[in-house]
Amino acid sequence: MAETKTVVGVPVSSPWSGGGSPFAINSKKFGMWLFIVSDTLTFAALLLAYTYSRLANPNWPRPFEIYPAIAKSTLMTVVLLASSLTMVLGVAAAHRNDRAKTVRWLLATALGGIIFTVLHLTEWFNLFREGYTPWSTPQGVPLFGATFFGITGLHMTHVTIGVIYLIIMSVGYGKGKFTSDDVEVSGLYWHFVDLVWMFVFPMIYLMSVNLAG
Amino acid sequence: MSAHESSSEVHAVGSTRLFVLVWVWLAVITFIEVFLAYERLRPDLMLSLLVVLSIVKAALIVSYFMHLKYEKIGLALLIIPSTIFCICMIIIFFMPDGARLMQMRLGH
Repeated sequence: MAETKTVVGVPVSSPWSGGGSPFAINSKKFGMWLFIVSDTLTFAALLLAYTYSRLANPNWPRPFEIYPAIAKSTLMTVVLLASSLTMVLGVAAAHRNDRAKTVRWLLATALGGIIFTVLHLTEWFNLFREGYTPWSTPQGVPLFGATFFGITGLHMTHVTIGVIYLIIMSVGYGKGKFTSDDVEVSGLYWHFVDLVWMFVFPMIYLMSVNLAG
Repeated sequence: MSAHESSSEVHAVGSTRLFVLVWVWLAVITFIEVFLAYERLRPDLMLSLLVVLSIVKAALIVSYFMHLKYEKIGLALLIIPSTIFCICMIIIFFMPDGARLMQMRLGH
């Protein structure tokens, strides 16, 4: 190594000669990307198992009426997408070192996550009232309840953890405890939660709309 | 590669206008999906169309919101092919059988 460049404060030679940071990103960001890959596979396995059951079952329930279920879940999708937009603007503000704006965008993003979760819970309770639970359905297809509540529940857990993560990040960043790179890493997590919903929504809700209703 | 030498340059990429544009596209594709759900298509055709549209959305989110388009190409080459490979392995095991059972149930 004749000369050593640094990228993001990490010494790098050529990526192929064992450079310190072949992807020129800090280790937190790389760690988050690896987590996202593993979590993608978790959700992919669950959604594929769901889709298998959906295609193979003769009397798969189609409980999602245009109102409230589809209207509500479409609204939830738009809310989650909007929170991704505020997140991106928060990261951009953080890279401009605009602390006050970053905190505001991060809190707006967390608020989007809270609205999403509340809407989703009202949707769940609506299904409970109609007799859909994690272990039974009116049609006698318990697999629907197990897979539906399992997948949407796991996603909702991710949203809830994301909201907590963002609130911690906004408070900490406002106090100067975190750097703009940390905000960007939290952004990666949030966009991933959004991305998963982009598959959950069509594969679970839209595949089982109630055409009669 | 010069665009990746300093982090401030990397992060300068992507304006508010671009992000809003990406968001509008994501919302438009979502509404296309919702309308599609009410067409009476065969479940396998419907599923394929919805998944293709969702992959377009995922690509938009990953490249612009998650910034992967502006990282070193090596990161994308590490992450995306390996993930697609693993998902294809699951599909190979599950989906032919799922499609067979669907055909039986539809009585073809």
